[in-house]
Amino acid sequence: MAEAAAPQKPLPQPDEASEPFFTGAMEGRLMIMRCSACGVARIPSRAHCDNCLSPDFEWEEASGRGTVHTFGVMHQKYHPGFFDELPYNLAVIELEEGPRLSTNLVGVENSAIRVGMPVVVDFQRYDDVALPKFRPA
Amino acid sequence: MPHPMRGATAITGLGMTPMGRVYGKSATELAADAVRTAIADAGLAKGDIDGLLINPGITGFTGGGISLPLQNYLGMTNLRLLNHMNAAGSTAAQMVQYAALAINAGMARHVVCVFADLPLSEGKSAGGAYGGAARNPGRPQGMAGLAPAAGFFGANTGYALAAQRHMALYGTNHDQLGTIAVGQRKWAGMSPISQMRDPITMEDYHNSRWIIEPLHLLDCCLVSNGAIAVIVSSAEDAVNMPQPPVYIWGMGQGHPGDPARHGFDPETETGARIAAQTAYAMAGVGPEDVTQCQLYDCYTYTVLVTLEDYGFCKKGEGGAFVEDGKLGPGGALPTNTGGGELSGYYMWGMTPLSEAVIQGRGQGGQRQANNDVILCTGNGGMLSYHACLVLSPNRS
Repeated sequence: MAEAAAPQKPLPQPDEASEPFFTGAMEGRLMIMRCSACGVARIPSRAHCDNCLSPDFEWEEASGRGTVHTFGVMHQKYHPGFFDELPYNLAVIELEEGPRLSTNLVGVENSAIRVGMPVVVDFQRYDDVALPKFRPA
Repeated sequence: MPHPMRGATAITGLGMTPMGRVYGKSATELAADAVRTAIADAGLAKGDIDGLLINPGITGFTGGGISLPLQNYLGMTNLRLLNHMNAAGSTAAQMVQYAALAINAGMARHVVCVFADLPLSEGKSAGGAYGGAARNPGRPQGMAGLAPAAGFFGANTGYALAAQRHMALYGTNHDQLGTIAVGQRKWAGMSPISQMRDPITMEDYHNSRWIIEPLHLLDCCLVSNGAIAVIVSSAEDAVNMPQPPVYIWGMGQGHPGDPARHGFDPETETGARIAAQTAYAMAGVGPEDVTQCQLYDCYTYTVLVTLEDYGFCKKGEGGAFVEDGKLGPGGALPTNTGGGELSGYYMWGMTPLSEAVIQGRGQGGQRQANNDVILCTGNGGMLSYHACLVLSPNRS
């Protein structure tokens, strides 16, 4: 008899457009897109640059360094995959290349998180996908 | 020379259904109730209505929301203007804007703008309808899955993180946000149609549970079922209609989007800054002329940042501006005099608009404030969409 599965987090399913990002993540590399026309970097996977609309871009490995743009601490029960972790932090990280990423901080107490805090990427691996989290630099 | 749109149109009808945990009717039925009430309030017959603008609330995204079929439900057969609009919380003000423009251009004479929503189900939590990605089963595709995988859910998340950034950049604190919540509850106690009328103290505010830090429960708006409709007519027609006209002096929009990269600060600098320039110029007024505000207040923080972006104080000084209680009863800038969305009722942009109409008519009873120049705003998305009206009981 099958046991009831523990609630799962909603892990992303890589698709064609995001494949380089998720392949990089499994290899411990944070991949971003850089517009070949205006040079502005972006989080994948828009086909067009949201600065100049150029469709031309190149994949690039980000340094993994950034700062906390803003953060919060979740107390509300939204998704059963997270109930065991409440309260957990939410963070928007500004990469030193410019783009911002919605993620979580690891290796830091929620009460010690500050806006502007320097952080560095720390990949969290699941069975078939890895996610960029960040820890204090 | 005054702007040609200044005072050219007016809000001439208002219809409101019961709001809150109201069950037993569909969103369409509630919308029809509000439209019928608004038509009667304006002293019109159904056949006089030649424009219909329709805005569903969250049920426009989650299912069951009102849309174009409302026309046939109402049996309106001679419309010259019709649309279904959804720019989130900015839509109510936008509907009035498009109605005013159409009337001024001779495309319509009496336009109904209606909002209806039904996010609450009996026995279910109020927040459920606004949980966003938490509602979706299975694995999200591609990059769109990063935020839910990190536990980012619902509108609360974005506003909590926005408030946090303002607090970090400018030293805004919970006493200041709490002053907004406590003041609006005082106003709500003076409104027979508000949902939350029992007074709250600063201690109650600080002790209310966290939703997402830095937002307490009492920083967050209600969730309500219900419907509201308003009618827009020309100033020439308005003077011969039964209700005191609430003239439209100015209007504007601002939509900065959510650029998620260095150099932008959408958390603390909103579309209100763009809308304010357009609306103040049309109305021929500035913040110093505004006698009361009806501001979209999905969160206490939204009120604070909106006041900054309308120039009532400098960027970053919103906390200090509100902390003396000037927004509450007896204060220098009466704001959200019906209790707003925090304590009154949550009908998206129709919350500030309906109270602006009540105040503009002088029908606010014990909560009536100086209504010479009313600033009424709507905000939607993650501070992404913004529209406003400058209203007055005086035509010029």
